Amino acid sequence: MRVRRLAAWTALPLAVTLGLAACGSGGGSGSGSSDPNAAVSIQISEPQHLVPSNTTEVSGSQVLAGLFSPLVDYDAQNKPYEVAAQSVTSSDNKVWTIKLKDGFTFHNGEKVTSEDYINAWNYGAYAPNGQGGSYFFEKIAGYQDLQGEKPKAKTMSGLKKVDDLTFTVTLSEPYIDFKTMLGYTSFYPLPEAAFSAPGVLKDSYEQAPIGQGPFKMKGTWQHDAKIDVERYDAYPGEKPKVKGVEFRVYQQLAAAYADVQGDNLDVLGTIPTENLSTAPTDLGDRYQTSPMSSFQFLAFPTFDKNFSNPDVRKAISMAIDRDEITKSIFKGSQKPARSFVSPVLPGYRDNTTGAAGEFNPTEAKKLYQAAGGPSKIVISYNGDGGHKDWVDATANQLKANLGVDVVGSAEPKFADLLTKVEKKQPVGLFRMGWVMDYPSMEDYLGPLYSTNGSSNYYGYSNPEFDKLVKEGSAAKTQDEAIAKYQQAEDILAKDMPVIPLRFGENVFGHSSKVKNVEMDLFQRVNLVKIETAS
Amino acid sequence: MFRYILRRLLQMVLAFFGTTLIVYALMFAGQGDPIQALAGERPVTAAQRAYLTEKYHLDATGVGGFFYRYFDYVKSLLQGDLGQSLTGRQIGDILQAAWPVTVKLALIALAVAIIFGVTAGVIAGIRRASIFDNSTLVLTLLVLGIPTIVLAPLAQYFLGVKWQLFPPTAGAEPTFYALLLPGIVLGSLSLATALRLTRTSVAENLRADYVRTARSKGLVKRRIVSVHVLRNSLIPVVTFLGVELGNLMSGAIITEGVFNIPGVGFNLFRGIRTEDGPLVVGIVSVLVVVYLVSNLVVDVLYAVLDPRIRYE
Repeated sequence: MRVRRLAAWTALPLAVTLGLAACGSGGGSGSGSSDPNAAVSIQISEPQHLVPSNTTEVSGSQVLAGLFSPLVDYDAQNKPYEVAAQSVTSSDNKVWTIKLKDGFTFHNGEKVTSEDYINAWNYGAYAPNGQGGSYFFEKIAGYQDLQGEKPKAKTMSGLKKVDDLTFTVTLSEPYIDFKTMLGYTSFYPLPEAAFSAPGVLKDSYEQAPIGQGPFKMKGTWQHDAKIDVERYDAYPGEKPKVKGVEFRVYQQLAAAYADVQGDNLDVLGTIPTENLSTAPTDLGDRYQTSPMSSFQFLAFPTFDKNFSNPDVRKAISMAIDRDEITKSIFKGSQKPARSFVSPVLPGYRDNTTGAAGEFNPTEAKKLYQAAGGPSKIVISYNGDGGHKDWVDATANQLKANLGVDVVGSAEPKFADLLTKVEKKQPVGLFRMGWVMDYPSMEDYLGPLYSTNGSSNYYGYSNPEFDKLVKEGSAAKTQDEAIAKYQQAEDILAKDMPVIPLRFGENVFGHSSKVKNVEMDLFQRVNLVKIETAS
Repeated sequence: MFRYILRRLLQMVLAFFGTTLIVYALMFAGQGDPIQALAGERPVTAAQRAYLTEKYHLDATGVGGFFYRYFDYVKSLLQGDLGQSLTGRQIGDILQAAWPVTVKLALIALAVAIIFGVTAGVIAGIRRASIFDNSTLVLTLLVLGIPTIVLAPLAQYFLGVKWQLFPPTAGAEPTFYALLLPGIVLGSLSLATALRLTRTSVAENLRADYVRTARSKGLVKRRIVSVHVLRNSLIPVVTFLGVELGNLMSGAIITEGVFNIPGVGFNLFRGIRTEDGPLVVGIVSVLVVVYLVSNLVVDVLYAVLDPRIRYE
């Protein structure tokens, strides 16, 4: 009995000691940053990937924007200008010649050559690599040969090296916005050191990506915790004004918001919705807004005979008071939308929906009854994205203004909603959102409304529209292209396959330790401009 | 005793495989489209879909497909490989990073519950119907009534942001100090229950025959309480705290989210949200082990506290 007792009593203190030891080990490493005056911290979510051609979400592209320098970036009018490229030219918009600036080096010292671009793009386009940004290369000649389970080729025939700093890109069809497209994350180069064999990426590359941008990795990607980068002194472009950036991973925006208030985090890219009303007082002039490209709309399943009549769709649009919802629910953090492309774009026109976008309950009711709209409307949305409030408000407006029964119906996730739509199950109206990849009207019109568009979930098809978008892409000059795109947008205004509701804005906050915080159209902090406040 | 522990260990193996099978089945049944869930609101290209489907055997559907995937999972599990999460990371690596911080958090919470809960419970039990007893009753009812989802942000706002007594969030490599606030928040619920349990138990035992005997022998009050009463009173409290350890680890979902601690709860939440079956099953498997072990420890501790309890 004595022995038994002893054995059992040792269990307890042992557990306690282990616990204390565990606590102790974490103690010293908390205050890791070396010089608080020179490094800044920026909130991100855990990135899914850090390989350029596989990075399609905001957090990953925020980190890569520090590690890489794009071929082109966008000026105040959102027109492309050269950064890593010396020139991007084409006489027919089909064969493009890209000349690189001399003097760019990767963080491991390798000189950046045209081959680094060709290899990276071929890797991204090759289907078995499963890269999320693969479709960005589909306009390049030979892309189709890299698709399928057993692709015919490993490299795209459209990419040709001319010399160390020059290469040509042949597209399968002329595309005027190709230069604009080159600013997207997928078009960054990869160094030789990234590959273990031609076309085979090293597993370790993603843990510490080597780029040619203003910052280089400091250590490796610490999953769920942070990614540290520091200034790369051999960068030939505009030098950053901070010594380093800590991209700190947050699972919940509310936690990051508390940290910004407490000066424990420097930049928070999105103020959580529940704090929107108090943020201007909480943060004072550290609360800021800037234009962004997101676009929220309600889509009609046009294959559903209830909504196949454009007049029904217009009537519903007219019965929604956009201004009221943006004011009361979004506290002015979004702008009412009455066009199909974002105001940030060259070629944007205000109010292209015309009368259909104006709030006019009496006309709406008349039109709705004349067109024989359904007596019950369902609005489907994903319950995980904070959409309930505005969907319910919209439903109430429709109920009051059209005199029909309207309910909001939540699906657990956006994926579930899309699955139902794809199977043509009755979902009623459904919410959609769009964020551009690069500033071109085509990026709003093509994928969303073309007959074979990648995100055309509503079965909308208009040959005239398809033709105009195609002609716009193949146009000789930007002006000509914009004219065609605008004609295409006018067709949308007539058909109303979706109801434009709101354009988004960056609503962000920062600590009192930083200044010159700018956010771009892609919800990324400008890492070259940010400074510490002395 | 040895035979008892051995028998319990064998039972644990069975319980382990039973629970993982159930969790795996639930995850499998509830799975919508994990590839789309992973991509969020973006369209998934056909090439990427084909690549991920093959990589995670998502093409194996139906009952046959379920067992194919389950046995595939168990096979690698027996080789010590928890497999890959849908994000492509090794689940073993994720857990290795997540466990230490959650264990620390749970131990702080448990320590808070023991130190404050048991002490206050004993005092309240001895001085029944006193001001102290009544005020702790009100306080514990209050704490039990406020859910963590309210308590945690409130504590963070007042103690972290407004008065700046603690850092508002803890982060990935927190100091002991940074973990203190989330630990107290997490432990407050168990603290309240432990306090009520101890109080009742102490109050009851104070009236027991052996206490009267001890008192009549002339023992000082402190010795009666600390040796005789406390030891007998702790059995229900130990049962509660043992099971609570498992609860604290899995139940840290809200606390870890609010204080941005990338621990087990944080990862479990993400796994469920993104329908990351392998990750959820991996985490739950380890949680099952924690529960089983803490239950065993509790049962063994009974024998220490009360020699009348024997195991054969």
